[in-house]
Amino acid sequence: MNRRGWIFLIPAAVFGLLAAGFYRGLGIDPSVLPSPLIDQPAPHFALAPLPGDKSGFSSADLLGHVSLVNTFASWCTPCRAEHRVLNALAHTRRVPIYGIDYKDKGDVALAWIAELGNPYTRIGADDGRVGIDWGVYGVPETFIVDRDGRIRYKHVGPLTEADVERTILPLVARLER
Amino acid sequence: MIRALLSALALAVAMAAGPAHAVRPDEMLSDPGLEARARAVGSELRCLVCRNQSIDDSDADLAHDLRVLVRERIKGGDSDDQVVQYIRSRYGDFVLLRPPFELGTLLLWGGPLLILLFGGVALARFYLRGQASAPPPLSTEERRRLATVLGEGTEP
Repeated sequence: MNRRGWIFLIPAAVFGLLAAGFYRGLGIDPSVLPSPLIDQPAPHFALAPLPGDKSGFSSADLLGHVSLVNTFASWCTPCRAEHRVLNALAHTRRVPIYGIDYKDKGDVALAWIAELGNPYTRIGADDGRVGIDWGVYGVPETFIVDRDGRIRYKHVGPLTEADVERTILPLVARLER
Repeated sequence: MIRALLSALALAVAMAAGPAHAVRPDEMLSDPGLEARARAVGSELRCLVCRNQSIDDSDADLAHDLRVLVRERIKGGDSDDQVVQYIRSRYGDFVLLRPPFELGTLLLWGGPLLILLFGGVALARFYLRGQASAPPPLSTEERRRLATVLGEGTEP
């Protein structure tokens, strides 16, 4: 090989870089978008209760303790699958779960809760505007808010038992320390 | 024949009307100037449900909500930039159909220029080297032998 032998390594190096980049890309879920609200204070809001329900849900409820905020809707099929997981989490009493009922009409959510059980400490009815403030682009989305009212984590899509075990509970424990 | 002409005319009229918008009449602002601004802002914002449509082109529920929000902010006296910033602070850079030019996107915007530069340098070097290593002109002796081989000169 002559002194320019290294030049043939360039395509190999470029291939290596591309392969590494693509390999990393395989692990990224394109349906999950990074939220600019992480580590930001949760938005200010005051949601009315569901029709016929007593308490609504407002940003003041989030102060002083770590909480889970879950957006759901009765028209959302993945939410139905997720509801069982939320019920189980509520049963452990590890962390209060607050519900934002996203764009439901009338009192359908109450019937939904009556059928599937109520894991929520408080539920607020949202016509979509508060959802936008939280950067919601598809229910269900779940947030973890620390005791200072800052959003610390966002989960897009239905929570599974594995998500709760591996991500939610460890983070809640860390934030409570 | 007349039918064909009429359909061609109808097609031309339909195409001249421009691309179909998802903006509903009940969303529009009564002031055409403000509505035009809302359209300009909306065409720059990505619908996060359908991903490759602007909120003006999308029929998704969220796109409708965002169109209404954009119009509310504009009516409330926000500048176009303020409206975009309002939505960007909630949904992140991905909501912008045109990625911003900043440190994180330097490679994205500068990449094509970089490739052009590298290619240009490589091409220039290739041709310059080609010139430099052109064979030296033939000597008198070589010319004579060439002429002999081609049968134009005389045998020595």
